[in-house]
Amino acid sequence: MAGVKIYGKPISTCTARVLLCLEEVGAEYQLVSINMPSGEHKGPAHLARNPFGQIPALEDGDLVLFESRAISKYVLRKYKESGTDLLKEGNLAESAMVEVWLEAESQQYNPAISPIVWQSLIVPKMYGGTPDQAIIDSSLEKLKKVLEVYEARLSKSKYLAGNFFSLADLSHFPFTRYLMITPYASVFESYPHVKAWWEDITSRPAFKKVSAGMLDS
Amino acid sequence: MASVTVYGTPLSPAVSRVLACLFEKDVDFKLAPVDMAKGQHKSPDFLKLQPFGQVPAFQDELTTVFESRAICKYICNKYPEKGNQTLMGGRDGGLLAQTSVDQWLEAEGQSFNPPSSALVFQLAFAPMFGFKQDPAAIEQNEAKLANVLDVYDRRLGESKFLAGDDFTLADLAHLPNGHILVSKNEDLFMSRKNVGRWWVEISARPAWKKVVEMQNAPLG
Repeated sequence: MAGVKIYGKPISTCTARVLLCLEEVGAEYQLVSINMPSGEHKGPAHLARNPFGQIPALEDGDLVLFESRAISKYVLRKYKESGTDLLKEGNLAESAMVEVWLEAESQQYNPAISPIVWQSLIVPKMYGGTPDQAIIDSSLEKLKKVLEVYEARLSKSKYLAGNFFSLADLSHFPFTRYLMITPYASVFESYPHVKAWWEDITSRPAFKKVSAGMLDS
Repeated sequence: MASVTVYGTPLSPAVSRVLACLFEKDVDFKLAPVDMAKGQHKSPDFLKLQPFGQVPAFQDELTTVFESRAICKYICNKYPEKGNQTLMGGRDGGLLAQTSVDQWLEAEGQSFNPPSSALVFQLAFAPMFGFKQDPAAIEQNEAKLANVLDVYDRRLGESKFLAGDDFTLADLAHLPNGHILVSKNEDLFMSRKNVGRWWVEISARPAWKKVVEMQNAPLG
């Protein structure tokens, strides 16, 4: 099977989500760098791949895809013969739980954590700006409420969708990885089951490999 | 015989998203009201169904599901032979068709939903519940939504529906917020030729009209 092309950057959270899936299934791929500072992501060539002008995008033959969670599902389905099953589509109840916790990541966790990472890391480091502490503080309060729910869930279940690692867990990696290099990493200390889950999933070889391409400070 | 229960009120956009899917799929269900004014959505019993304390929750003989888009996918997976059979890309479409639906459903969830939900709150729910409107939030979110609708307008100039030739979950997901926004400011959608054409078509679907009837039904 010929490899897929991913347009993005290894330090980008949403690109990392897709790279993780490719690494988990052991697929061959080519990462084509998009130059964000020069605005390449808003130029006509990239807009033809992702009309929202964002990274990542995937090319597989004639197929072009955007939205990292959709690309992730495509990769996992395409390479399901690899033996790595992170979607459980053969089981109605299990696949339902994968979708539930993937949506929880999308609609509850991500909106709380991404402003913290954006303000405390990306704004100063990429844009030379000043973090907006009010946004960070209100997002931290939201994140704590979400982590309470996760703590209760992970006290009963080894992973989010059940006793199996899935795309739902994987999807949380990129922004959490970056929270861990901000001063706000300590918020996880109050949620021991969440912390244990984080340590477990980050010990996976795929995570170590993708993490190595991300920012360290 | 309904083994399916949906918890919530049809006036909630997320609940109405699930109801639209159930009607499209011809799946019988029972609607169990959740009294949000009395805080029932934060009660211990409800939190067992939906740990974030939000509506909808969905229960059948097999499992309990929450998050409206996950519920819609579950309904499609559980009842592949019933009602509308192209909501997730159709049986012959295979991986490519399913992936296109996933992509545009993500676009709805990540790009359309945040600004449209903020506007729905400002334009509909704030006045309804006596909160003060925030003109800056309205302006910012209208601008964000305008950019998203510009992308949609180009896409819908090339494609009948968002994911392709068939109406799918990707289009359906837009009905709840779209319905409220068009009632408050029709221009947002209707000033864009292709978005307008698409909106008229998807909002005329019988399944959506049934949901709107439920929303307009007198209480009690």
